[in-house]
Amino acid sequence: MNTRILLKGKDLLGIKDLSTEEIMLLLNSATSFKEILGRDIKKVPTLRGRTVVNLFFEPSTRTRTSFELAAKRLSTDVVNFSGPSSSIVKGESLLDTALTVQALGADLVIIRHSSSGVPHMLSRHLRASVINAGDGTNEHPTQALLDAFTILEKKGRIEGLRIAIVGDILHSRVAKSNIYCLRKLGAEVRLIGPATLLPRWFGEFEGVKVYHDLETGIEGADVIMMLRLQLERQGTGFFPTTDEYFKEWGLTKKKLSAAKPDAIVMHPGPMNRGIEIASEVADGPNSVILEQVTNGLAVRMAVMYHLEERKEE
Amino acid sequence: MPKQLLDKKEIDRTLTRISHEIIEKNKGTEGLCLVGIQRGGVHLAQRIARKIGETEGVEIPVGSLDISFYRDDIRIRKKQPTVSRTEIPCGVDDKKIILVDDVFFTGRSIRAAMDAIMDMGRPALVQLAILVDRGHRELPIRADYAGKNVPTSKAERVEVLLKEDGYEDGVVLLQPGEDVP
Repeated sequence: MNTRILLKGKDLLGIKDLSTEEIMLLLNSATSFKEILGRDIKKVPTLRGRTVVNLFFEPSTRTRTSFELAAKRLSTDVVNFSGPSSSIVKGESLLDTALTVQALGADLVIIRHSSSGVPHMLSRHLRASVINAGDGTNEHPTQALLDAFTILEKKGRIEGLRIAIVGDILHSRVAKSNIYCLRKLGAEVRLIGPATLLPRWFGEFEGVKVYHDLETGIEGADVIMMLRLQLERQGTGFFPTTDEYFKEWGLTKKKLSAAKPDAIVMHPGPMNRGIEIASEVADGPNSVILEQVTNGLAVRMAVMYHLEERKEE
Repeated sequence: MPKQLLDKKEIDRTLTRISHEIIEKNKGTEGLCLVGIQRGGVHLAQRIARKIGETEGVEIPVGSLDISFYRDDIRIRKKQPTVSRTEIPCGVDDKKIILVDDVFFTGRSIRAAMDAIMDMGRPALVQLAILVDRGHRELPIRADYAGKNVPTSKAERVEVLLKEDGYEDGVVLLQPGEDVP
């Protein structure tokens, strides 16, 4: 008999806390959810009667929409609380907002916040499951899961692949979640970026190498993950101008030829075309950027499903 | 030793009879598609399809259906396999769908399977074939093709063991606490 694996924690706060088995459980189920997304009726009754609250304290369209749609595909009721339109601007504390949401009957609370650690703080005060949809510069676990799912779909495996993550590693929660995830799944991880945005200590992670030259770093890579240059999160002085950044770190067709011919190019979006990635690459044959968006739905459905599944009646 | 309800030969004969009944009731094989419910029904669906194919000289499409997302007990059942594949290569629209499961018990799995099928399209009809009917129905559902009827108590378990999963073919009745040999 096939004994069932369950997620250990009530929340999904980061990839750092997940075991390889838990990651694989989520990725396997995502395959089944993706099949549902290909049907005419893209909805299953699995979580009927549950309530999902999106608490977004930071501007986001695609992640919030993705979570909202994933929740609706599972037949939950979804409520959106976002920064500027709620009582947050009236001075209510973060915890009061979250407790209010819980009193409304939320089973799952999805939170994005510009400060690292906010989801962890809420998880200690809420009975509801907390899903981290991005906290400051810490983690963005569902992005890493959808990236891993996309790589598995395209390459059939992750173990032993050479995967390059390029750009503003320092400010990127996507990079951090991906480093944890890809290392747990056995990939060789290369980080590439200017020294100001990629401190040397990143090389202290086991199995992670640091490069400051794009073409050297992506040599022989199976996967290239481009990061968004987070102009809103940065101060000044990390690099001279965006033009110069593009010249050194922007991925063009010519530079891409250093990677394997069948390398896939990923980007978590939204893209800054002409800053970190050239349109010829973003729209080119190696790009899987739009498939990442579709896969995000499947992975988020899997996360919500497994968090609810482990709760006892 | 757990009590054996069916041995290898009896399973084979039962599946042969069911495959003939399916052909007879549907007046041939036009539009037939066998769909096994994960995990126990999938191998049985394949075996029945093979038998129908041999008799009629045609290839019968076989699909698999995972009902995890349609269950009414996601928070109650602790012991169930991880989510498996759903794959119905022929599609369900206008098809004669024969659902196949190993053990027919409360009827809740079949309810879930029917909902799942309906979400995929509009079949011409849905019929149900099962290997063992152990009673204790909780919903008004019956089988069109039934292998063996076995009176059981609610605490007992019926396990269908198949060579595809590395066992010798057989159906056993397990008492509480007893396990598959």
